[in-house]
This record gives sequence, structure tokens and C-alpha cells, in this order.
Amino acid sequence: MATLLIRGGRVIDPASRRDGRFDVLVDHGKIADIQPAISANGAKTIDATGKLVVPGFVDLHTHLRQPGREDKETIESGCTAAVRGGFTTICAMPNTSPAVDHRGVVDLIHQEAQRVGLASVQVVGAITKGREGRELTDFGELFEAGCVALSDDGNPVADGFLMRRALEYARLFDRPLIQHAEDPALAAGGVMHEGLISTTLGLHGIPSEAESVMVARDLALAELTGGWVHFAHLSCAQSVGLIRQAKRRGLRVTCEVTPHHLALTHEAIGEFDTRAKVNPPLRTEADREALIEGLRDGTIDCIATDHAPHTDWEKEADFDSAPFGISGLETALGVCVETLVTPGALTWSQLIEKLSVNPAKIAGLEGGTLSLGTLAAITLVDPEARWTVDPMAFASKGKCSPFAGQGLTGRVAAVILGDRVVSGGEGASKNSGG
Amino acid sequence: MAAIAATDRATQTARWTKKDLLGLRELTAEEIRLILQTAESFREISLRPIKKVPALRGKTVVNLFFEPSTRTRISFELAAKRLSADIVNISPQGSSLSKGETVLDTVRNLEALKVDILVIRHAAAGVPHLVARRANASVINAGDGAHEHPTQALLDCFTIQEKKGRVEGLNVSIIGDIAHSRVARSNIWGLTKLGARVTVCGPPTLMPPQIEQLGSADGGAGVTVTHELASAIRGADVLMLLRIQHERQEAMLVPSLREYRLRYGITRERLTLAKPDVLIMHPGPVNRGVELDSSVADGPYSVILDQVTNGLAVRMAVLYLVSGAPKVEEEEG
Repeated sequence: MATLLIRGGRVIDPASRRDGRFDVLVDHGKIADIQPAISANGAKTIDATGKLVVPGFVDLHTHLRQPGREDKETIESGCTAAVRGGFTTICAMPNTSPAVDHRGVVDLIHQEAQRVGLASVQVVGAITKGREGRELTDFGELFEAGCVALSDDGNPVADGFLMRRALEYARLFDRPLIQHAEDPALAAGGVMHEGLISTTLGLHGIPSEAESVMVARDLALAELTGGWVHFAHLSCAQSVGLIRQAKRRGLRVTCEVTPHHLALTHEAIGEFDTRAKVNPPLRTEADREALIEGLRDGTIDCIATDHAPHTDWEKEADFDSAPFGISGLETALGVCVETLVTPGALTWSQLIEKLSVNPAKIAGLEGGTLSLGTLAAITLVDPEARWTVDPMAFASKGKCSPFAGQGLTGRVAAVILGDRVVSGGEGASKNSGG
Repeated sequence: MAAIAATDRATQTARWTKKDLLGLRELTAEEIRLILQTAESFREISLRPIKKVPALRGKTVVNLFFEPSTRTRISFELAAKRLSADIVNISPQGSSLSKGETVLDTVRNLEALKVDILVIRHAAAGVPHLVARRANASVINAGDGAHEHPTQALLDCFTIQEKKGRVEGLNVSIIGDIAHSRVARSNIWGLTKLGARVTVCGPPTLMPPQIEQLGSADGGAGVTVTHELASAIRGADVLMLLRIQHERQEAMLVPSLREYRLRYGITRERLTLAKPDVLIMHPGPVNRGVELDSSVADGPYSVILDQVTNGLAVRMAVLYLVSGAPKVEEEEG
């Protein structure tokens, strides 16, 4: 017996090039039928009139903080934030304590995610033991435990020899190594983009080249080894240019960009506003435009949140001491609509490719589509809804957002996982007007 | 003529409206002039046999110095005492500042003791701003990282005005580690707002990116950058030297202090390039034989000790203005 009917919405499924008014039938947790009109036949019906019905978003870059810093976030609070933001799958980064450098931590995260029962949590393991950049982890064990990729995120793999060996060895598993591209010596001591604003504020800058020299090195190593490198959170025009050329040459390289790097520049720091302290730093308007262009022409494969929750007391410090990172899961869609769809940089279908289809492919997951027979992971979007970001209403424990108080268009109306409607989108915001 | 008279009147009637003094970037030229005028009226207090007026009686000032300092701390302390304020000094050693307490927690505790003015020095840029947003007490920035040191720049402007009779139209060269200098930044804002032409000089490693655009926010000319010492000396009315810190060598910013002196040190020979009435200024402490030779530091052009003296009057003025007390003239009248 059919269990759930999503009726009357605009179904956008880039993988099948479907974009139009359809009913979607979910049966036993799987997508059973998509037709212009389906009879309810006793199924519970969700009226999706005026809504977009899209494959649930997949975040390649989420910091869940558990185990180790449960005061910043837990798997439960992070997963709740994810579904509020329309994400049905999130990839947990390995910079926990202990780091995800052996099977036990992978299992622990999977078990807790299972208990929570919200977004699907995939695990990114560490490339080196303790993320210290010295000794490789047991890649085979980590991939057997279910890791979808490996990364030392938060730290780069700085040693070129080690990165070469990692890329070579990872070829056995056909999975990407996610590089946090940052030359540690060039970035040392820096807290924001190096430019006019760092000069004005007397803050130590991180030049764009701290990222681009590492991107250039790893592209050369990918060419040498045939390995698959995925660059996390790109921030500058130089990196986009290098990756564009590398893709033309046919190298196996993928990359992501965050909503905040697409929406903001270093000007958001204003008078030492730590809500705009992220790593890599927010850069210039020219960089922001280059990132959007990279997204448009396919150089940048996907959008990932780099959701990096911190406690208020840590962020309410001087700019040097405050940690890098912001809460991103619950604002990602609205920021992308405001920054990309409304100005006409991307169509809705292209945005869904960047939020769902492509990250699922990179993570090697079945999701990201509304194909018949796949597990139902569906997000309903109200594309016209205006709302104001209120971080205190976030489900995430991290209440720090550079978008606080900003009006956004487009919000998640509901998330369907299997036969369940797990999120109505309330709470993360207050409605403004209408 | 009428326009000039109107401007003068506007200056005379300017009132201090800010709770805090965080930097010179956010001040108007009128506000800077008001501080300098107020300092002028306080200067003679330190020349009296009884160096004290009751202007801030009953007010509590806290010197909250997270970074070691001698001259700035003592200058603020004496300034507060000469205005009859109560002053408490807090330094890192032997206090909760060294026990990992957050800055805001320290300040919340001080606020619970009902203090009126917090004078803050910190190695991190922006700490006074962080505190000012949260505290009811007035905050005076006594130097934050490489960001600003507004009272130093005010006393520099005051000294230039005293010696030259004006700031407007003068050529001021700031020489040394511009990248890491809060004194340079505050002086760039203060001097350009008062109409001086500012040149910064040093090796490219000590020059922060886009520094030439600083000071141009209000439509001003910005800053001229040169790496050649001779061109910074020629035609300058004021040479302002900055301290070269030994740790800069370790960061590979200058190959050696010897090399720095050879290219950028102010020696008596190099001063022959300067105008005959040039002023030599330095915020101290001087690295004798590095940025400044002793013969120049102690020579006839040096006004380094006048800067220290004037610092007292300027800090009295700033304490007085942010305390929101009525103006001196009104009190007397």
C-alpha cells in the first residue's frame, strides 16, 4: 500500500532532466511513481502546491564536533539543523577528538546517527593519524567502515611527499582525498584576507596565494599520481583559474565552495566582527565573482556548507582569539537563492545540481536524485518565502552567523526521509511579512 | 572669509558626544581639533606647583593593560591623578588576566565594581572595540595590536602643532615598520584628517598591502609610499621614526638590524638632506643605533621628550572628554 503522496509541486530532478508539475508517490520508503496526476488511494497526502519538490541536499562538509566538543554541536543537534536546512545527507568531517583516524570512531558516529534517525550521516576519515600530517591512516579499514572520502580538514596535508603517497594509495579505493588547501607557512598567524581591510584593522592577513599555491601543487601531484583530489571550500579567483585549466586537461579533480564565500567579502568583518571570521577567509568582490563564475561554468562542482559551529563565548572574543567558522546548515538554501537564483546566476535546476546531484556523486552515494526505486530523500522548498535569519532559533548549537538579521528568500518547507516527514522547517527563522 | 569664520565657530562649539575613544579613523577633523584644544587648556596644570584639578573627582579609571607598557600606562595614571580621579592599575602578572579568564569576563567583573573609564592596552587588534560594545563604562584605546594607538597620534599632532603652529599643509614622513605599527595607522588617520601630507617609508616587507589607500576615505589624498629613505627625508617637515622590533628579524622581515640601519637608520649625515627646521619624532622606546642614531635622538631637531610631556595633557583631555564632565570654561564661568 502506498504510504505518502506529494501532490501538486514543481518537481525538479536534474538527474532525469525533469522539471514540471508532478505528483510523487513514496511507497515503503522508496520513490514509487512520478506522474502528472496520481490518485491518493488512501495514502497520506502532502499538498506541495507552490512548492519545489527536489532531491534532498547533500552536504560534503559538515563539522558535527562529536566526539569531543559536544558543547559546540552533537550529532543530534547537527542532524536536526541539517534537516531544517533541507539536507538529507551530511558528510561529517574528521577533526573530532579523537580524530576519525580508525574504525572505532567511524562506527561510533554511524551508531549515534542511526539512533538520532534524521539526516543520513556519512563519515569522512582522516588522511593522517591524528590529522598530524605525518603517518597515513589505514585507508582500507576506513573505507571498509564506510568512509566516503578522506581529509585532514582544518589542517592541510602540507608535506608534498605524503600527499603524493596518499593520492597514489587512494587510487585503490576510487574515492577522493579532500584537501584543505592552505600553505601553513604563508597563512601562519593570519586571521583574515590580506588586503586593504586587514591593513586598516591591523590584523594579520592570509594572502590568496596561501590557498592557490597548494591548489597548484596538488593539481601537479594529481597529474603525477592519477589520484583524485577534491578541494574543500575554495575562496579565491586564482584557485578557480587553476582548477578550470586542470579540468580542461582532463585531471581528476573536483571542488566545492561555501554559501558564505559566494555571498560575502572581507568587508563583512566591519569593525572586528568575528561572525565573519572563517577559514579560508572571506576575500574580495573579484574573488566572489570568480567563484560564482566557476560555479556557473562547471569548474566548481558543488556547494558545501563548511558548517563549523562554536560556542558563543568562544566567538565573542577578540578577532585573533576567536575560532574560525560559522553555523551554515540552516542558512545555506536561503543564501544560495539570494546570491545565485534571484540575480539569475543559476537556475533552480542548476542550484539543485550543486546542492544535491553533484555532491552525492562525489561522495559516491545513491542520493541526489528522485529516481524510481531509490530511497526517498526529498526536500520541499518554498521558493518565494521571505524570512529573517535569527540564529537564536537555529537547531544547531552554533548560533554564530554572518547572516544574522538578514532577509532571505527561499526556505525549506519540509523534508521527507523514507515515509516520514521529519522537518517542517519551522524554528530556524521567523517569518518576515506576509 | 565668511566661510572660514563659520568653520571656526563650528569648531568652537563642537561638543564631544562619544562614549569611547577607540581610534582616529572614526573621528572627524572637528573632534580631533576639539581634543587638541582641550589638551591645550590642560597643559598648564602640570606646570603649577600643585598639579591637580578636581575635574574628575569621584570618577574611577582602570588602567587595564594586557600587554606590558611603561610610558603609556604612567602617562594615563598621572593624567587621571592630576584630574583627581581614582585610578587602579591591572597588569597581566599576578592577576586573573594570566589565568585564562576571557577579556569580557574580566570587564564584567570590573563593571560590577562600578568603574567609569577603562583604559585598555592589548596585543590583539580590536579588543577595545569588543569591550566598548559590551561595557557601560567609557573605553579608551591605549594601543590595540597593530590597529590604533589614538592618544599617541593625538599627542604627535599636538606636538607638531605646538612646534610648527599648524598641521595642515605639512609634509610628514613616517619611517620604519609600518605593517606592525598602530602608531603609524593612527597618525595616518589623524594627520590626513588635519590636512597634512603623509609619506610612509620602509622596505616592502614592512609595508602592509594597499597602505596608500589609507586616509583617503573622506576624499583625502591618501598616503604616499616610498622605499627610498632619501625621498622620505627631502622636503619633510616632520620625520616620525618607528621602533624596529628585534623579533621582526626572526619573521624574515628584515635580514638584520645592521642591514636595516644601513638603509633606513637616521644618521646625522642623512639629516643633511632634510629641511633646516625638520622635527624628529619617535613614540619610544628608541632603539639607539638602529632606527635613530643617538646624536639625532638627542640632537637639536628632536622633540621626543616634548612628545612625552604633551602626552600627559592629551590624555587628560581624553579622560575628561569621555567622562562626559562639563567643559572647563563652563566650570570656571
